[in-house]
Amino acid sequence: VSTLSLCFRINRRSGGLFLQTKMAAPLTLLVIVAVTIRAVLFRSSLAELISERVEVVSPLNSWKRVVEGLALLDLGVSPYSGDVFHETPLTIYLYHFVIDYAEIVCMVTDGITAVALYLAVQVYNKNVFRKQKYALEADRYPHDCLELMQTPKELFYVPLKVAMFYLLSPFTILSCVAKSTCGINNAIVALFVLCTIKGSALLSAIFLALATYQSIYPITLFAPALIYLLQRLYIPVNLRRQSFWLFTLQYAFMFVGSLVVIVGLSFFLLGSWDYIPSVYGFILSVPDLTPNIGLFWYFFAEMFEHFRLFFICVFQINVFFYTIPLSIKLKDHPVFLMFMQIAIISIFKSYPTVGDIALYMAFLPVWSHLYRFLRNIFMVSCVLLACSALFPVLWHLWIYAGSANSNFYYAITLLFNVGQVLLVSDYFYAYLRREHHLSHGLYLKKKDGSEATLVLK
Amino acid sequence: MPTLTLASARSPFRDEFAEELAIRPLHSGDIHASFQFRTVWGVDLLQATDPRFLRYAILPREIVCTENLTPWKKLLPCGSKAGLAVLLKSEKLFHSSYFSQAVHIRPVCQGMHCTVPSWEMRQTLNVVFDLYTSGQGKREWSMFKIKIYVDVTDSPQGELFELSPPTPLLSQAVVLGDRRTYSVYDLTDPGTFGKVRSLNLLVRWKADNGDMLRPLLHGERYVAGFGLQTGEIHTLIYNNHPYRAFPVLLLETVPWYLRLYIHTLTVTSKNRENKPSYIHYQPSKDRLRPHLLEMLVQLPPNSVTEVTVQFERALLKWTEYPPDPNHGFYVGSSVLSALVPSLVAMDTNITQEHPLFSSFFLCKEESSYFMRVYTEPLLVNLPTPDFSMPYNVICLTCTVVAVGYGSFYNLLTRTFQVEEPSQSLAKRLANVIRRWRGVPQL
Repeated sequence: VSTLSLCFRINRRSGGLFLQTKMAAPLTLLVIVAVTIRAVLFRSSLAELISERVEVVSPLNSWKRVVEGLALLDLGVSPYSGDVFHETPLTIYLYHFVIDYAEIVCMVTDGITAVALYLAVQVYNKNVFRKQKYALEADRYPHDCLELMQTPKELFYVPLKVAMFYLLSPFTILSCVAKSTCGINNAIVALFVLCTIKGSALLSAIFLALATYQSIYPITLFAPALIYLLQRLYIPVNLRRQSFWLFTLQYAFMFVGSLVVIVGLSFFLLGSWDYIPSVYGFILSVPDLTPNIGLFWYFFAEMFEHFRLFFICVFQINVFFYTIPLSIKLKDHPVFLMFMQIAIISIFKSYPTVGDIALYMAFLPVWSHLYRFLRNIFMVSCVLLACSALFPVLWHLWIYAGSANSNFYYAITLLFNVGQVLLVSDYFYAYLRREHHLSHGLYLKKKDGSEATLVLK
Repeated sequence: MPTLTLASARSPFRDEFAEELAIRPLHSGDIHASFQFRTVWGVDLLQATDPRFLRYAILPREIVCTENLTPWKKLLPCGSKAGLAVLLKSEKLFHSSYFSQAVHIRPVCQGMHCTVPSWEMRQTLNVVFDLYTSGQGKREWSMFKIKIYVDVTDSPQGELFELSPPTPLLSQAVVLGDRRTYSVYDLTDPGTFGKVRSLNLLVRWKADNGDMLRPLLHGERYVAGFGLQTGEIHTLIYNNHPYRAFPVLLLETVPWYLRLYIHTLTVTSKNRENKPSYIHYQPSKDRLRPHLLEMLVQLPPNSVTEVTVQFERALLKWTEYPPDPNHGFYVGSSVLSALVPSLVAMDTNITQEHPLFSSFFLCKEESSYFMRVYTEPLLVNLPTPDFSMPYNVICLTCTVVAVGYGSFYNLLTRTFQVEEPSQSLAKRLANVIRRWRGVPQL
C-alpha cells in the first residue's frame, strides 16, 4: 500500500500540468488524421454511396432531406408542409448559411465533439483520481482491492482514446461522410457533457435544452446532469433537504427557460408551429417505416392496426422508463449514468443511426478498467462486427438482388440490437460488480473459507 | 390519315344531347373508333365554381370490364336502347387492343354574356380494334353504305396509299390547326356508284413504313434506376413543330409512397438546362396527400424536353399493400396541357391562295389550339415486408426489448451476494436417513 500511495503522491504534483501540455500534440495529430480521412472520402465516389445507406442516415437526419428542405424554402413552400423534412428550424437556418460548406461543418462538428469529450473525460478522470486518492488515504478500500485502482498511467491515455474512439470510429466517419445531421446532435450532447462535468450549470442546461430541442430523447440526461452538479456542490440527494430542492428548481428553471427561448426563437423564425408535429410528432409516432438499424421499422410495418398506438406508447416509454431506476441505482456515479442513458437512447430511439452508436461507444475507453469484469465482451464485439458487415450485404440481397427478403435484414437488426443491449448491460454489470468489490474486497471468501462466487440475488 | 364521320344525331331529351362516331384507320392496320356523347343541362348545379373547390383526382389503373361500361351507358339519355350506344357491345369492345372511357363534367356558358349557367357532360369512348388478332391480318380496309370523307393529306398524289375507285371531289378542312385534304365520296349522289350500282371503297397501302404524321405535342414517361431504394421519373415531352417554341403546363401527381426530392428536378432540352418559368409544388403528407408538381416549361422547336425527378420508395405497413404487392403500384399519368401552334399558321404557301395581308398576322386566334396529353401511367415496385410474419415479428422484437428490459431490471433490483451453495437433494435425503439412524451428518 505504501509504495502505491507514494507513487500516487509523486504523480499528484506533476499530474495536472503534465496532462495539459503533453497531450495537445497527439490530439492535434489525431484531429488532422481524422480530417484527412474524411476529406479523402468526401472526394471519393464512395461519398454518394454512403449518403444513401439506411444504416447511416435516417429520415430525421439525412442530408438529402436537408437540401430538400432548403429547396422547398426557396420555392416558397414551408418545409414542414410535407413529410420529407424533419429537421428543427434552427438546423435549417444554420444550414441555410453554411450550405456550401456542409462538408467543413460536418468535420468541424466531429472535431468539436471529440475535443469536448476529450476535455470532459480529462476533468472526469482527474476527479476520479482525486476521489480514489482520498479514499486510499482514508483507508476506505479493502486491502485486496489495490489491483482495482486506476493508475495514473492508465488514466493518462483515456481522454485521447476517447477522442480516438469517436474520431476514428468507422461509424462516425460514415456518418460524417454522409453529412448526417446526427453529427450536430452528437456535438451538442458532447458539449453538454463537457459543461456538466466542468460544473457550469447554466451552459449545461442550455446545451441540454438544445439537445432536447433537436431530438426529445436527451431530456433523460436531465437526471444525471442534476445529480452530477449536486454532487459537485456537495449537496446530498435527499428529498427532505431544502438545498436539494432549491438547486433542482434552479437547474430545472434554467433548462425550461432555455428550452422556451429556443422553441420561441424557432417559432419566430418560421412564424408557425408547423415544426412541432413535423419534428416531434414524427419522432414519437414513427410514421416513416424506412428500414434502419433500430427495432421500430419492421415492428410497426408488421403491426396490427388496432395495436399500433399501444405498442408505440410501450416502445417510446421504454426509452424514458429506465431513467428513474437507473438514477436511483447509480446516484453516486452520474457520469456512468450519463453513459447508460446515452446508450439506451441510441438503442431504443425510433430512428437510430450508426452516428448515435458512435457517441456512446466513444465512452467505452473511460470504462476500460472494467475490462476484467466483463462477461461476454468477446462474443458481443464479434456480433457487432459481424452485423455491421452483414447490414450492407443483406440490404443488397433484399433491395437490389431480390434474392432475399425483408426478414434477412430484420434478423440482422435484431441481432445487432441484442449485441448492443448485451454490451451495455455487461458494462453496467461490470461497473456494479467493481463497486461491490471496492466495498467488500476483491477475493471474497465463503463462511467455510473456500473461494466464493458472486451472484446477483 | 383517313378520317370519316359516320353519324351524328341530336335528341331533344333533357336539354341538349349530341352524339358522334369518328373512325380512323391506323398505319398498323388497326381501326380506331371514337364515340363522343354530349349532354348539356341548362341548370345551375352548383351555385358557385370557387377555384378552392377544384379537385383533381386520378385512378391510375382500373381493370375495365362490363361493370364499368354499364353504369357509363346509363348516363346516356336513352341508355343503350337508342343511338350510337347500341353499337357498344361489351364482348366486342373488350376484345380490343386499346380501350379508354371517360366522363367529363364542366360548366359551360350559354348565351352571349354567359348569363345562363349550364353544365356539360361529355362521355367519350375510344377503342382500337386489332385486326391482326381478329384474324384478318390485313391492312386493307373497306367500307360501304354511307357518305365518306377520306383523309388524303399524307399522300395527295397517292404515294402512300391508293384509293379505289378514285374520286374527283376534294375538300379541305382545318382539324386541330392542321390543314387536311379529304377525298369525298358522296353516297347520296347516284353518280358515285357508276355503272355497277355499288361502291366498294378500298384503301390499298403502297409503302410499308410511311412517314407517319406525328402529333406536334406528345409525351412519354418511364421510371429509371434499379433496386427498390430509389428511382427517377423521366418525362419526355416532344415538340415536333419545326420552328415554333411553345410553353406547356406539366402536371404531375405522385403518390406519397414515392417520396419525391424536388431539389433533384432537372429539365433539359437539347442537352441544355431549361429552367421552368413557373413551378408550383405541394409536398406530400404521408397517408394523406400526394405530391403535386405543376410547372410551365418552354419547349424549343423540334426538340425533346426531358424532365427528371428522383424519388425514394417507402416501406409501407403490411396492411397498406394491395393483394398482389409484388406486381407494383400504379402512378397516375402526368398531364401536359398546351396551346399548340397550328400547322396552318406555319404553312408558308398560304400567300399563294389568300390575300397578302393575312400572312402578316400569323398569331391569329386559330393559329393555336388547346391540347391536353396524358402520358402513360407508371408501374413502380416498392420494397415489401414479409406478409406471413406479423406474429413472428411481434414476438421477436418484443423478445429483444424484453432482453434489454430483463437484463437492466436484473441489475437494477438485485444486489451482489456471495453464493452459498444449497445442499443437493441427495445429500439432504442422506442426512435425513442419517439423523434417523443416529449417525453423524454429512
